Amino acid sequence: MAVAAGLGPRLDRERFQWSSLAMLAPALALLGVLFIFPVLYSGYLGFTDLALVGSRSRDYQFTGLDNVTRMLSDYVFIKSSWLTIIFVVGSAIVGQTVLGMALAILLRNALVSVRAVIGSIVIVAWVLPEITVALVWYAFSQAGGTLSILLGHTDTNFLVAVPMLIVSLANLWRNVAFSMLVFSAGLRNLPTEVLEAAEVEGASAWRRYRMVVLPLLKPTIVTNLLLVTILNLSEFTLIYAMTQGGPGIETMTLPLYVYQEAFVFHQLGYGTAISLVLVLIGALFSLLFVRASRSQV
Amino acid sequence: MSAVEARRAGAEKLIVVPYSRVSPAAVATNMILILLGSFFLLPMLWMVFASVDSNPDWAIKLPTPTLANFTDVLGRADAISSFRSSLILAGTTTVVTTVLAVLAAYPLSRMHIPFKRAFMLAILFASGLPVSMLIVPVYQMYVYFGWLDSLYTTALFLAASSLPFAIWLMKNFIDAVPAELEQAAAIDGASTARILRELVLPLTLPGIAVTAIYTFINAWGAFIIPFVLTYSPDNQPGPVEIYNFMGSHGLFKFGDLAVFSLLFSVPVIVLYLFMSRYFSGAFNFGGAVK
Repeated sequence: MAVAAGLGPRLDRERFQWSSLAMLAPALALLGVLFIFPVLYSGYLGFTDLALVGSRSRDYQFTGLDNVTRMLSDYVFIKSSWLTIIFVVGSAIVGQTVLGMALAILLRNALVSVRAVIGSIVIVAWVLPEITVALVWYAFSQAGGTLSILLGHTDTNFLVAVPMLIVSLANLWRNVAFSMLVFSAGLRNLPTEVLEAAEVEGASAWRRYRMVVLPLLKPTIVTNLLLVTILNLSEFTLIYAMTQGGPGIETMTLPLYVYQEAFVFHQLGYGTAISLVLVLIGALFSLLFVRASRSQV
Repeated sequence: MSAVEARRAGAEKLIVVPYSRVSPAAVATNMILILLGSFFLLPMLWMVFASVDSNPDWAIKLPTPTLANFTDVLGRADAISSFRSSLILAGTTTVVTTVLAVLAAYPLSRMHIPFKRAFMLAILFASGLPVSMLIVPVYQMYVYFGWLDSLYTTALFLAASSLPFAIWLMKNFIDAVPAELEQAAAIDGASTARILRELVLPLTLPGIAVTAIYTFINAWGAFIIPFVLTYSPDNQPGPVEIYNFMGSHGLFKFGDLAVFSLLFSVPVIVLYLFMSRYFSGAFNFGGAVK
């Protein structure tokens, strides 16, 4: 094998090539400066008393768990955490998943023309820029708006009367297409033999979906729950543009509270600490779903 | 009844009416869908009707047709400048993100890199981090470096925040292209740069298009990042401008607001239609979490 030794590196084993590092380098540089560093930096800032203006904007210091104890006695923070969980569970986990699945199943069994038209409308709602959704739902829920006329209370501003419900509905309206598309793809990929067998055996439609389709769709459902939770936890634009967290603090979910503490009240350190809680909640939900998916497979 | 008539009646019974057309379940399915569809249609229909109505209000109603709202908006310097800002912001973000994502995704898909799996998991995790966590330290950095209030530096942060998902998406697209052609080219002595340019780029063009369009749609609608990082009126992109108009009751008429958000929405709808031709396979991530 002395001849082979002179022919250069062995080719029978994969090895690291420097050219791959050169291709990764630009992305790593950008991510390093504007993603990884800020993430690490916020891990530090969250434990400081940094402020946007005044003496604390320069002479800030590490304050240990001060921000954590402050949170525990901060009425707005506790309310804000609850609102975030209500928003994510109501609008995303339950609303989006159930309506998305229902739409996917109904569309599958609908007339071709109905499927094309209704499917497109739902998808357009999803593709519209968030600010446009905020505007049309703002109009929809105002006193004298379309919703108030439909419900026969033309002098009720529903964005003031039931603000959390309206922003949750607006968010559901915008995002349900995502779950619908995920479930449509999941349903398309189901083995048809199983469904046909169940139909031949005389199982009712309801029973077929509950006993055959749902268990087969389980991985899709878990993926959908995971993505939908993570996407909705950090929802800012829609709620902020519609209500700025109000009336009072009735729609002040955690992302809005982060913004208010950091950029309105100038408490950058405390604001960052709250955003770390948000990440923690996201990690907790993800862990829960991944465990749930493993335990029963 | 004659024998002929009786036979004809029997024959009519034999003509099978399609089961799904008449069953109560099918009727109910389509009725429910039409009801649900109107829930989705009504809010956006307001925008369309109000945009051509000479006297619109919050409720949806048949318009008294006019094009005055359109000429109003197209004559406003602030509206035009926000379109320009949005184009610069979303365009720069898209170019930077797509180029870096393609470059990074290729070695991640094809070459041997230590800790590749851990790296991809980190990428996936990063794409789930909320922007509200990054915005405070990034704001600090931008103050420190004097980068505030520039569309290009703002686009750089938008690119950084959309890059993890773009890399992940792009890697999946490259994974789907068989590697044999590249191996053959490599054996024939083609350089990596040449393989990338003449083989990988043409073969993954649909994937690159999807990644670019997806990034553009997101950057076009981005709100909090430009809202925090820019302040001069000339640099406000569409979403921030619409938000400001929503807050200034009376200064901006309903009709103009509807026209503005309609015009602002059209580009992303067109791009989505274009992208969806390539996109049909992208939602098959049933087993992505394991």
